[in-house]
Amino acid sequence: MSALGLAIPESSPREAGRSTRLIEVEGLVKRYRHAGDAAIDGLSFGVGAGEVFGLLGPNGAGKSTTVGVLTTRILPTAGTATIAGIDVVHDPVRAHSRLGVVPQRNNLDRSLSCRANLIFHAAYHGVPPTERKLRADRLLEQFGMLEKTGRRVDQLSGGEAQRLMIARALMHHPEVLFLDEPTTGLDPAARLFVWERIRELKDQGAAIVLCTHDMDEAAALADRVGIMDHGRLLALDTPRALVRSLPSGGALEVGLVAAAARPDDDGHELWNTLRRLPGVDHLEPIASQDDLQRARLYVTGEAAAMVVPVSQTSQSLGAILAEVQLSEPSLEDVFIHLTGRRLR
Amino acid sequence: MTTAEAAVCAPSARPGALRAFRAMLARDLLVTGRELWAFLAMVVVQPIFMLFIFGKVLTELGYASGTYAAVLFPGTVGLTTVLTALQTTIRPLQMEFSVTMEIEDRLLAPLPTWAVALQKTVMGVINGLVAAALMFPVGLLVLGHIPFRASGVPLLIVILVLASCVGSTLGLLLGTAVPFRYIYVLFTIALTPLLFTGAAQYPWQSLAHLRWFQVVTAFNPITYVSEGLRAAMLTGGPHMASWICVTVLSAALLALAVAGARSFRRRTIG
Repeated sequence: MSALGLAIPESSPREAGRSTRLIEVEGLVKRYRHAGDAAIDGLSFGVGAGEVFGLLGPNGAGKSTTVGVLTTRILPTAGTATIAGIDVVHDPVRAHSRLGVVPQRNNLDRSLSCRANLIFHAAYHGVPPTERKLRADRLLEQFGMLEKTGRRVDQLSGGEAQRLMIARALMHHPEVLFLDEPTTGLDPAARLFVWERIRELKDQGAAIVLCTHDMDEAAALADRVGIMDHGRLLALDTPRALVRSLPSGGALEVGLVAAAARPDDDGHELWNTLRRLPGVDHLEPIASQDDLQRARLYVTGEAAAMVVPVSQTSQSLGAILAEVQLSEPSLEDVFIHLTGRRLR
Repeated sequence: MTTAEAAVCAPSARPGALRAFRAMLARDLLVTGRELWAFLAMVVVQPIFMLFIFGKVLTELGYASGTYAAVLFPGTVGLTTVLTALQTTIRPLQMEFSVTMEIEDRLLAPLPTWAVALQKTVMGVINGLVAAALMFPVGLLVLGHIPFRASGVPLLIVILVLASCVGSTLGLLLGTAVPFRYIYVLFTIALTPLLFTGAAQYPWQSLAHLRWFQVVTAFNPITYVSEGLRAAMLTGGPHMASWICVTVLSAALLALAVAGARSFRRRTIG
């Protein structure tokens, strides 16, 4: 299944150590009528208390269907899914009290004010009147929305609506929280604010499922990441372990200046020599500028260890290493390695 | 105190289907109440004109007999009741499913999906009954006199409740089964025939001379509302037997409720 031989769910050592699993998914399949391939094809994973689980994949990978099943809105064709021990297919009503959902699209109640959105949500969930007002005011304050309390939600900016939707999802104190692309379209400050809140929720013991195709977001927030494509988990581990498992290590971008003018050579000889250096996995020339020729070297070991050999080899060929930038592989590289294509 | 303090503390909430249902009804009543003028305008404008033109103007010009207003009034009450229940169910459903998506938050509340559909339907029934009640002062105002029979009040109530339920469940079915882009087409092509084939403007039995049209009107549930209300309100004059009206309306309600609930479920659960 996984080209990396990464541990998929049950055999993951990190997961085995988790005692409280708030989400359990076992052999989940969803096949739509009239659709050829299954939208979810034998999915299994678990998410523990105090864990952020990143579900990563391109559009159509099956992330939304997975969340749809877990939030009781889609019936699976086979397999089981439980939220806080409650089977979402057999007892969706009880599961609703234990989960909160922050959708990607604004679905706030446009006929109500910001505060009323929170209060009515809590009322639907049976929170007593005085308590729901208390919670609403506290969350509005914590989410920096106090001055918007009485505003209608159609007057909110994208970031404000997003914050309000997170606040709303927290009004009934769910143990499991689903966030679908929570920072798409937000400015950097709003994005950091949302990240901060997610970390706090995690610290308080919530199990959080974060659906995203933002690699940085997944790397920054997720304890474990499941990479999905075509309804299957291609890999599941901590972001660090996923990156470490890549066959190639880091990469370095180099810029070389030819010491002597050699108009016929646009770097071919140089690149070919560098390619053969021990430790270099492969090399890709990138856009050159004036007399500066650039390439990206993927190395098997640490990128920093390759600076000296590259410099010496270049010098022996009459070029000077004028620029060097080290980069460690990212989840994006893991994704490309697994699927052969970019995420976005 | 930290942000997002929310999650995970011991829950003090007592989730329950009935609580959720009541809260959703309270939300709808609050929203309707806040825009009461819009609701009132939607309900009363059409019947005022209908009663005025057909019941007053045409009668005074001599194109209709003096007793026509008494035949028209129960039909107008019935028509307004059904259409109000229908429209106040269909519109929010269309908006909440296709535009604002706000139904999603309610579908995740701790109550079964069918109960969310029931809540929407109950709201339509309440609106229908409020509209029915409004028709009596409107009728008095426009016509100066409305037919009334104290002994017919129980039947009147039964027919009005059935009329609201039929309108609302039809709204549930159409509001969830018809794609949003066709909703305005639906209003034009379905509403107008419903309006004129429901025996609201004429007693059904008098159509005996126009047999084919009498058969057509028998397929419109509003016919049984109009006729049932005539049976309840008029002392004389032709009207269908009340048991037929109650039976047909009950059967229509049952069929629409089943179809509406199915359609709602199809729309909400993938």
